[in-house]
Amino acid sequence: MKTPFEAIVAGHGATVLRVCRAVLGPGPDSEDAWQETFLAALGAYPALPADANVEAWLVTIAHRKAVDAVRAAARRALPAEDLPEAASPLGNPDELRSPRDREPALWAALASLPDKQRLAVAYHHVAGLPYREVAGILGGTPEAARRAAADGIGTLRARLAGPPATAEPRTSKIRTPKIRREGVLQ
Amino acid sequence: MTAIQSPFSAPTAAPPGPDHDHDGVLDPVLEVPAGALASLHARLEDAAADAGLLDVAYATVPSPVGELLLAATDRGLVRVAFAGEDHDAVLQVLAERIGPRILRSPRRLEEAARQLDEYFAGRRRRFDLPLDRSLSKGFRLTVLEHLSEIGFGRTESYAEVARLVGNPNAVRAVGTACATNPLPVVVPCHRVLRTDGSLGGYLGGLEAKTALLALEAAA
Repeated sequence: MKTPFEAIVAGHGATVLRVCRAVLGPGPDSEDAWQETFLAALGAYPALPADANVEAWLVTIAHRKAVDAVRAAARRALPAEDLPEAASPLGNPDELRSPRDREPALWAALASLPDKQRLAVAYHHVAGLPYREVAGILGGTPEAARRAAADGIGTLRARLAGPPATAEPRTSKIRTPKIRREGVLQ
Repeated sequence: MTAIQSPFSAPTAAPPGPDHDHDGVLDPVLEVPAGALASLHARLEDAAADAGLLDVAYATVPSPVGELLLAATDRGLVRVAFAGEDHDAVLQVLAERIGPRILRSPRRLEEAARQLDEYFAGRRRRFDLPLDRSLSKGFRLTVLEHLSEIGFGRTESYAEVARLVGNPNAVRAVGTACATNPLPVVVPCHRVLRTDGSLGGYLGGLEAKTALLALEAAA
Protein backbone atom coordinates (compact mmCIF):
# COMPACT_ATOMS: atom_id res chain seq x y z
CA MET A 1 0.00 0.00 0.00
CA LYS A 2 1.66 3.20 -1.18
CA THR A 3 0.84 6.74 -0.17
CA PRO A 4 0.21 9.31 -2.92
CA PHE A 5 3.51 10.79 -4.12
CA GLU A 6 2.32 14.23 -3.05
CA ALA A 7 2.86 13.12 0.56
CA ILE A 8 6.48 12.25 -0.30
CA VAL A 9 7.06 15.72 -1.74
CA ALA A 10 5.33 17.41 1.17
CA GLY A 11 7.19 15.35 3.74
CA HIS A 12 10.70 15.38 2.26
CA GLY A 13 10.82 18.28 -0.22
CA ALA A 14 12.43 20.68 2.24
CA THR A 15 15.05 18.17 3.39
CA VAL A 16 16.03 17.31 -0.18
CA LEU A 17 16.33 21.01 -1.02
CA ARG A 18 18.59 21.54 2.02
CA VAL A 19 20.75 18.64 0.88
CA CYS A 20 20.95 19.90 -2.72
CA ARG A 21 21.88 23.39 -1.48
CA ALA A 22 24.53 22.02 0.88
CA VAL A 23 26.10 19.95 -1.91
CA LEU A 24 25.76 22.35 -4.84
CA GLY A 25 25.43 25.76 -3.19
CA PRO A 26 22.35 27.99 -2.98
CA GLY A 27 22.14 28.79 -6.69
CA PRO A 28 20.00 27.43 -9.54
CA ASP A 29 22.00 24.17 -9.74
CA SER A 30 20.51 23.08 -6.42
CA GLU A 31 16.97 23.76 -7.64
CA ASP A 32 17.65 21.84 -10.86
CA ALA A 33 18.98 18.93 -8.81
CA TRP A 34 15.85 19.01 -6.62
CA GLN A 35 13.70 18.94 -9.77
CA GLU A 36 15.58 16.04 -11.29
CA THR A 37 15.56 14.17 -7.99
CA PHE A 38 11.80 14.32 -7.57
CA LEU A 39 11.11 13.67 -11.25
CA ALA A 40 13.28 10.54 -11.15
CA ALA A 41 11.74 9.53 -7.81
CA LEU A 42 8.24 9.95 -9.25
CA GLY A 43 9.10 7.66 -12.15
CA ALA A 44 10.62 5.02 -9.89
CA TYR A 45 8.06 5.32 -7.08
CA PRO A 46 5.73 2.48 -8.14
CA ALA A 47 8.66 0.02 -7.94
CA LEU A 48 9.92 1.23 -4.54
CA PRO A 49 9.53 -1.51 -1.91
CA ALA A 50 6.82 -0.66 0.60
CA ASP A 51 9.22 -0.88 3.56
CA ALA A 52 11.95 1.27 1.99
CA ASN A 53 13.48 4.19 3.90
CA VAL A 54 12.05 6.95 1.71
CA GLU A 55 14.40 9.67 2.93
CA ALA A 56 17.52 7.56 2.30
CA TRP A 57 16.13 6.63 -1.12
CA LEU A 58 15.56 10.29 -2.02
CA VAL A 59 18.99 11.37 -0.77
CA THR A 60 20.57 8.58 -2.82
CA ILE A 61 18.83 9.88 -5.94
CA ALA A 62 19.76 13.48 -5.03
CA HIS A 63 23.37 12.33 -4.61
CA ARG A 64 23.42 10.93 -8.16
CA LYS A 65 21.82 14.09 -9.56
CA ALA A 66 24.29 16.28 -7.67
CA VAL A 67 27.25 14.26 -8.94
CA ASP A 68 25.85 14.64 -12.48
CA ALA A 69 25.50 18.40 -11.93
CA VAL A 70 29.08 18.72 -10.68
CA ARG A 71 30.36 16.78 -13.72
CA ALA A 72 28.27 18.89 -16.09
CA ALA A 73 29.61 22.07 -14.50
CA ALA A 74 33.15 20.77 -14.89
CA ARG A 75 32.50 20.11 -18.57
CA ARG A 76 31.07 23.61 -19.02
CA ALA A 77 33.96 25.31 -17.27
CA LEU A 78 36.70 26.56 -19.56
CA PRO A 79 40.20 25.84 -18.37
CA ALA A 80 42.13 29.06 -17.82
CA GLU A 81 45.85 29.49 -17.33
CA ASP A 82 45.56 32.80 -15.53
CA LEU A 83 42.55 33.37 -13.35
CA PRO A 84 41.40 36.99 -13.41
CA GLU A 85 41.75 38.81 -10.12
CA ALA A 86 38.38 39.92 -8.79
CA ALA A 87 36.81 40.89 -5.54
CA SER A 88 34.97 38.00 -3.94
CA PRO A 89 31.22 38.49 -4.17
CA LEU A 90 30.99 36.62 -0.88
CA GLY A 91 32.72 39.26 1.23
CA ASN A 92 35.66 38.98 3.58
CA PRO A 93 35.04 36.25 6.14
CA ASP A 94 37.00 38.14 8.79
CA GLU A 95 34.52 40.99 8.73
CA LEU A 96 31.44 38.84 8.86
CA ARG A 97 30.50 38.02 12.40
CA SER A 98 26.75 37.96 12.95
CA PRO A 99 25.11 34.64 11.99
CA ARG A 100 23.24 36.27 9.12
CA ASP A 101 26.39 38.01 7.83
CA ARG A 102 28.35 34.81 8.14
CA GLU A 103 26.06 33.06 5.68
CA PRO A 104 28.06 33.87 2.49
CA ALA A 105 31.23 32.80 4.26
CA LEU A 106 29.59 29.54 5.28
CA TRP A 107 28.52 28.79 1.72
CA ALA A 108 32.03 29.54 0.52
CA ALA A 109 33.56 27.35 3.22
CA LEU A 110 31.13 24.54 2.45
CA ALA A 111 31.90 24.75 -1.26
CA SER A 112 35.64 24.55 -0.57
CA LEU A 113 35.41 21.35 1.49
CA PRO A 114 36.72 18.18 -0.15
CA ASP A 115 33.79 16.45 -1.87
CA LYS A 116 33.66 13.55 0.53
CA GLN A 117 33.50 15.82 3.58
CA ARG A 118 30.87 18.09 2.06
CA LEU A 119 28.73 15.11 1.03
CA ALA A 120 29.10 13.45 4.44
CA VAL A 121 28.07 16.72 6.14
CA ALA A 122 25.11 17.09 3.76
CA TYR A 123 23.83 13.55 4.16
CA HIS A 124 24.40 13.21 7.89
CA HIS A 125 24.01 16.69 9.39
CA VAL A 126 21.62 18.15 6.82
CA ALA A 127 19.57 15.12 5.76
CA GLY A 128 19.81 13.46 9.18
CA LEU A 129 20.80 10.04 7.81
CA PRO A 130 22.73 7.72 10.13
CA TYR A 131 26.37 7.08 9.16
CA ARG A 132 25.45 3.57 8.04
CA GLU A 133 23.16 5.07 5.36
CA VAL A 134 25.72 7.77 4.49
CA ALA A 135 28.34 5.06 3.95
CA GLY A 136 25.88 3.19 1.73
CA ILE A 137 25.66 6.25 -0.51
CA LEU A 138 29.30 7.33 -0.47
CA GLY A 139 30.97 3.93 -0.27
CA GLY A 140 33.42 3.10 2.50
CA THR A 141 32.68 2.32 6.11
CA PRO A 142 30.30 4.10 8.50
CA GLU A 143 33.36 5.06 10.55
CA ALA A 144 34.95 6.71 7.50
CA ALA A 145 31.69 8.58 6.86
CA ARG A 146 31.65 9.72 10.49
CA ARG A 147 35.21 10.99 10.23
CA ALA A 148 34.54 12.78 6.94
CA ALA A 149 31.51 14.53 8.45
CA ALA A 150 33.42 15.44 11.63
CA ASP A 151 36.37 16.76 9.63
CA GLY A 152 34.00 18.79 7.48
CA ILE A 153 32.20 20.32 10.47
CA GLY A 154 35.55 21.00 12.14
CA THR A 155 36.80 22.84 9.07
CA LEU A 156 33.62 24.88 8.75
CA ARG A 157 33.74 25.83 12.41
CA ALA A 158 37.41 26.81 12.18
CA ARG A 159 36.91 28.89 9.04
CA LEU A 160 33.96 30.74 10.53
CA ALA A 161 35.45 31.21 13.99
CA GLY A 162 38.59 33.14 13.17
CA PRO A 163 41.12 34.23 10.60
CA PRO A 164 42.07 31.40 8.26
CA ALA A 165 45.70 31.44 9.54
CA THR A 166 44.66 30.14 12.95
CA ALA A 167 42.14 27.71 11.60
CA GLU A 168 44.11 24.97 9.92
CA PRO A 169 41.71 22.04 9.98
CA ARG A 170 44.52 19.54 10.36
CA THR A 171 45.52 20.96 13.74
CA SER A 172 42.01 21.16 15.16
CA LYS A 173 40.47 18.73 17.58
CA ILE A 174 38.74 16.89 14.80
CA ARG A 175 41.84 14.80 14.24
CA THR A 176 41.47 13.08 17.59
CA PRO A 177 39.17 10.36 16.25
CA LYS A 178 42.14 9.00 14.31
CA ILE A 179 43.96 8.28 17.54
CA ARG A 180 40.92 6.61 18.95
CA ARG A 181 40.51 4.57 15.81
CA GLU A 182 44.07 3.32 16.04
CA GLY A 183 43.39 2.40 19.63
CA VAL A 184 40.47 0.33 18.54
CA LEU A 185 42.51 -1.42 15.92
CA GLN A 186 45.26 -2.49 18.30
CA MET B 1 9.62 12.73 8.51
CA THR B 2 9.16 15.80 10.70
CA ALA B 3 11.15 14.03 13.38
CA ILE B 4 14.14 14.17 11.07
CA GLN B 5 13.68 17.81 10.19
CA SER B 6 12.97 19.18 13.64
CA PRO B 7 16.52 19.11 15.02
CA PHE B 8 17.49 21.55 12.31
CA SER B 9 14.64 24.00 12.71
CA ALA B 10 15.43 24.30 16.42
CA PRO B 11 19.12 23.46 16.69
CA THR B 12 19.59 25.01 20.11
CA ALA B 13 16.63 23.30 21.73
CA ALA B 14 18.69 20.31 22.87
CA PRO B 15 22.37 19.84 23.51
CA PRO B 16 23.86 18.42 20.33
CA GLY B 17 24.59 14.74 20.54
CA PRO B 18 27.91 13.32 19.40
CA ASP B 19 26.50 12.60 15.95
CA HIS B 20 24.99 16.04 15.42
CA ASP B 21 27.69 18.12 16.97
CA HIS B 22 27.69 21.01 14.53
CA ASP B 23 26.88 23.63 17.20
CA GLY B 24 24.61 25.50 14.84
CA VAL B 25 27.45 26.18 12.43
CA LEU B 26 25.25 24.89 9.61
CA ASP B 27 22.12 26.81 10.57
CA PRO B 28 22.11 29.22 7.59
CA VAL B 29 22.40 26.25 5.23
CA LEU B 30 19.42 24.59 6.86
CA GLU B 31 17.07 27.45 6.12
CA VAL B 32 14.92 26.94 3.04
CA PRO B 33 14.15 30.21 1.26
CA ALA B 34 10.51 31.26 1.52
CA GLY B 35 8.53 30.32 -1.56
CA ALA B 36 11.27 28.11 -2.99
CA LEU B 37 9.36 24.89 -2.42
CA ALA B 38 6.13 26.24 -3.89
CA SER B 39 7.82 27.25 -7.13
CA LEU B 40 9.76 23.98 -7.27
CA HIS B 41 6.49 22.09 -6.79
CA ALA B 42 4.82 23.99 -9.64
CA ARG B 43 7.79 23.21 -11.89
CA LEU B 44 7.62 19.54 -10.90
CA GLU B 45 3.90 19.40 -11.79
CA ASP B 46 4.64 20.58 -15.34
CA ALA B 47 7.70 18.38 -15.79
CA ALA B 48 5.84 15.32 -14.49
CA ALA B 49 2.90 15.91 -16.82
CA ASP B 50 5.19 16.54 -19.81
CA ALA B 51 7.03 13.30 -19.08
CA GLY B 52 3.76 11.38 -18.78
CA LEU B 53 4.64 10.37 -15.22
CA LEU B 54 1.43 11.35 -13.46
CA ASP B 55 -1.19 8.75 -12.62
CA VAL B 56 -3.47 11.35 -11.06
CA ALA B 57 -3.44 15.15 -10.73
CA TYR B 58 -5.67 16.76 -8.14
CA ALA B 59 -6.82 20.03 -6.66
CA THR B 60 -9.27 21.15 -4.02
CA VAL B 61 -11.79 23.89 -4.74
CA PRO B 62 -14.32 25.69 -2.56
CA SER B 63 -18.00 25.26 -3.37
CA PRO B 64 -21.40 25.98 -1.80
CA VAL B 65 -21.53 22.31 -0.73
CA GLY B 66 -18.13 22.40 0.95
CA GLU B 67 -14.60 21.91 -0.32
CA LEU B 68 -14.46 19.54 -3.27
CA LEU B 69 -11.56 17.33 -4.27
CA LEU B 70 -11.13 17.12 -8.06
CA ALA B 71 -8.88 14.42 -9.48
CA ALA B 72 -8.01 13.68 -13.10
CA THR B 73 -6.03 11.19 -15.15
CA ASP B 74 -4.76 11.75 -18.68
CA ARG B 75 -8.15 10.57 -19.88
CA GLY B 76 -10.23 13.02 -17.90
CA LEU B 77 -11.87 13.82 -14.58
CA VAL B 78 -11.84 10.61 -12.56
CA ARG B 79 -13.06 11.61 -9.11
CA VAL B 80 -14.99 14.35 -7.37
CA ALA B 81 -15.17 14.01 -3.59
CA PHE B 82 -16.98 15.87 -0.84
CA ALA B 83 -15.09 16.94 2.27
CA GLY B 84 -17.13 14.42 4.27
CA GLU B 85 -15.52 11.59 2.31
CA ASP B 86 -12.07 12.56 3.75
CA HIS B 87 -9.92 13.75 0.86
CA ASP B 88 -6.77 12.01 2.14
CA ALA B 89 -8.61 8.71 2.27
CA VAL B 90 -9.96 9.28 -1.25
CA LEU B 91 -6.45 9.99 -2.57
CA GLN B 92 -5.18 6.83 -0.88
CA VAL B 93 -7.85 4.80 -2.68
CA LEU B 94 -6.87 6.45 -5.98
CA ALA B 95 -3.23 5.52 -5.28
CA GLU B 96 -4.25 1.89 -4.87
CA ARG B 97 -6.74 1.65 -7.72
CA ILE B 98 -5.07 3.88 -10.35
CA GLY B 99 -1.47 4.44 -9.25
CA PRO B 100 0.56 6.23 -6.55
CA ARG B 101 2.15 8.83 -8.85
CA ILE B 102 -0.22 11.52 -7.61
CA LEU B 103 0.53 15.23 -7.35
CA ARG B 104 -1.46 18.25 -6.34
CA SER B 105 -1.60 20.06 -9.66
CA PRO B 106 -4.27 22.76 -9.77
CA ARG B 107 -3.44 23.83 -13.33
CA ARG B 108 -4.59 20.43 -14.60
CA LEU B 109 -7.98 20.88 -12.94
CA GLU B 110 -8.57 24.48 -13.99
CA GLU B 111 -11.20 23.70 -16.62
CA ALA B 112 -13.16 21.38 -14.31
CA ALA B 113 -12.97 23.97 -11.51
CA ARG B 114 -14.18 26.71 -13.87
CA GLN B 115 -17.17 24.68 -15.06
CA LEU B 116 -18.11 23.78 -11.48
CA ASP B 117 -17.95 27.47 -10.53
CA GLU B 118 -20.28 28.31 -13.39
CA TYR B 119 -22.63 25.49 -12.39
CA PHE B 120 -22.82 26.65 -8.78
CA ALA B 121 -23.35 30.23 -9.96
CA GLY B 122 -26.35 29.05 -12.03
CA ARG B 123 -24.61 29.82 -15.31
CA ARG B 124 -24.02 26.25 -16.53
CA ARG B 125 -26.60 23.52 -17.10
CA ARG B 126 -24.38 20.71 -18.34
CA PHE B 127 -20.73 19.80 -17.94
CA ASP B 128 -18.55 19.53 -20.98
CA LEU B 129 -15.53 17.68 -19.58
CA PRO B 130 -13.72 14.51 -20.59
CA LEU B 131 -14.51 11.89 -17.93
CA ASP B 132 -12.43 8.89 -16.93
CA ARG B 133 -15.03 6.36 -15.76
CA SER B 134 -12.50 3.63 -15.05
CA LEU B 135 -13.45 3.53 -11.34
CA SER B 136 -16.91 2.18 -12.28
CA LYS B 137 -17.61 -1.23 -13.77
CA GLY B 138 -20.52 -3.35 -14.98
CA PHE B 139 -24.05 -2.46 -13.96
CA ARG B 140 -22.91 0.51 -11.87
CA LEU B 141 -21.17 1.96 -14.92
CA THR B 142 -24.34 1.46 -16.98
CA VAL B 143 -26.39 3.28 -14.35
CA LEU B 144 -23.90 6.17 -14.04
CA GLU B 145 -23.73 6.59 -17.82
CA HIS B 146 -27.50 6.86 -17.85
CA LEU B 147 -27.45 9.54 -15.12
CA SER B 148 -25.62 11.91 -17.44
CA GLU B 149 -28.77 11.85 -19.61
CA ILE B 150 -30.98 13.24 -16.84
CA GLY B 151 -31.10 16.91 -17.70
CA PHE B 152 -30.47 19.89 -15.45
CA GLY B 153 -33.43 20.53 -13.11
CA ARG B 154 -35.08 17.19 -13.87
CA THR B 155 -35.24 14.14 -11.59
CA GLU B 156 -35.91 10.43 -11.95
CA SER B 157 -36.75 7.81 -9.35
CA TYR B 158 -34.48 4.87 -8.56
CA ALA B 159 -37.19 2.62 -10.05
CA GLU B 160 -37.35 4.65 -13.27
CA VAL B 161 -33.59 4.52 -13.65
CA ALA B 162 -33.69 0.74 -13.15
CA ARG B 163 -36.34 0.41 -15.84
CA LEU B 164 -34.57 2.77 -18.25
CA VAL B 165 -31.29 0.85 -18.05
CA GLY B 166 -33.21 -2.33 -18.81
CA ASN B 167 -33.19 -3.98 -15.39
CA PRO B 168 -36.44 -2.98 -13.62
CA ASN B 169 -35.81 -5.31 -10.69
CA ALA B 170 -32.46 -3.77 -9.86
CA VAL B 171 -33.79 -0.77 -7.93
CA ARG B 172 -31.53 -1.46 -4.95
CA ALA B 173 -28.48 -1.85 -7.23
CA VAL B 174 -29.31 1.54 -8.79
CA GLY B 175 -29.25 2.98 -5.28
CA THR B 176 -25.83 1.41 -4.69
CA ALA B 177 -24.52 2.76 -8.01
CA CYS B 178 -25.65 6.28 -7.05
CA ALA B 179 -24.20 5.95 -3.55
CA THR B 180 -20.80 4.99 -4.97
CA ASN B 181 -20.74 7.51 -7.83
CA PRO B 182 -17.06 8.54 -8.20
CA LEU B 183 -18.06 11.77 -9.98
CA PRO B 184 -20.85 13.38 -7.94
CA VAL B 185 -22.25 16.75 -9.09
CA VAL B 186 -20.70 16.25 -12.56
CA VAL B 187 -22.51 12.92 -12.99
CA PRO B 188 -25.82 13.98 -11.46
CA CYS B 189 -26.75 11.23 -9.02
CA HIS B 190 -28.40 13.99 -6.98
CA ARG B 191 -31.17 13.97 -9.61
CA VAL B 192 -32.31 10.49 -8.56
CA LEU B 193 -34.99 10.39 -5.85
CA ARG B 194 -37.25 7.83 -4.25
CA THR B 195 -40.47 7.01 -6.06
CA ASP B 196 -42.43 9.00 -3.46
CA GLY B 197 -40.28 12.05 -4.16
CA SER B 198 -38.28 11.87 -0.94
CA LEU B 199 -34.55 12.34 -1.20
CA GLY B 200 -33.12 8.88 -0.65
CA GLY B 201 -29.44 9.01 0.20
CA TYR B 202 -26.47 11.03 -0.95
CA LEU B 203 -22.78 10.51 -0.41
CA GLY B 204 -22.28 14.23 0.09
CA GLY B 205 -25.00 14.31 2.74
CA LEU B 206 -28.68 15.13 2.32
CA GLU B 207 -28.00 18.82 2.88
CA ALA B 208 -25.79 18.87 -0.23
CA LYS B 209 -28.39 16.97 -2.25
CA THR B 210 -31.08 19.44 -1.19
CA ALA B 211 -28.80 22.37 -2.05
CA LEU B 212 -28.04 21.02 -5.53
CA LEU B 213 -31.73 20.35 -6.28
CA ALA B 214 -32.66 23.84 -5.02
CA LEU B 215 -29.94 25.41 -7.13
CA GLU B 216 -31.22 23.65 -10.25
CA ALA B 217 -34.84 24.47 -9.47
CA ALA B 218 -34.02 28.18 -9.07
CA ALA B 219 -31.81 28.55 -12.14
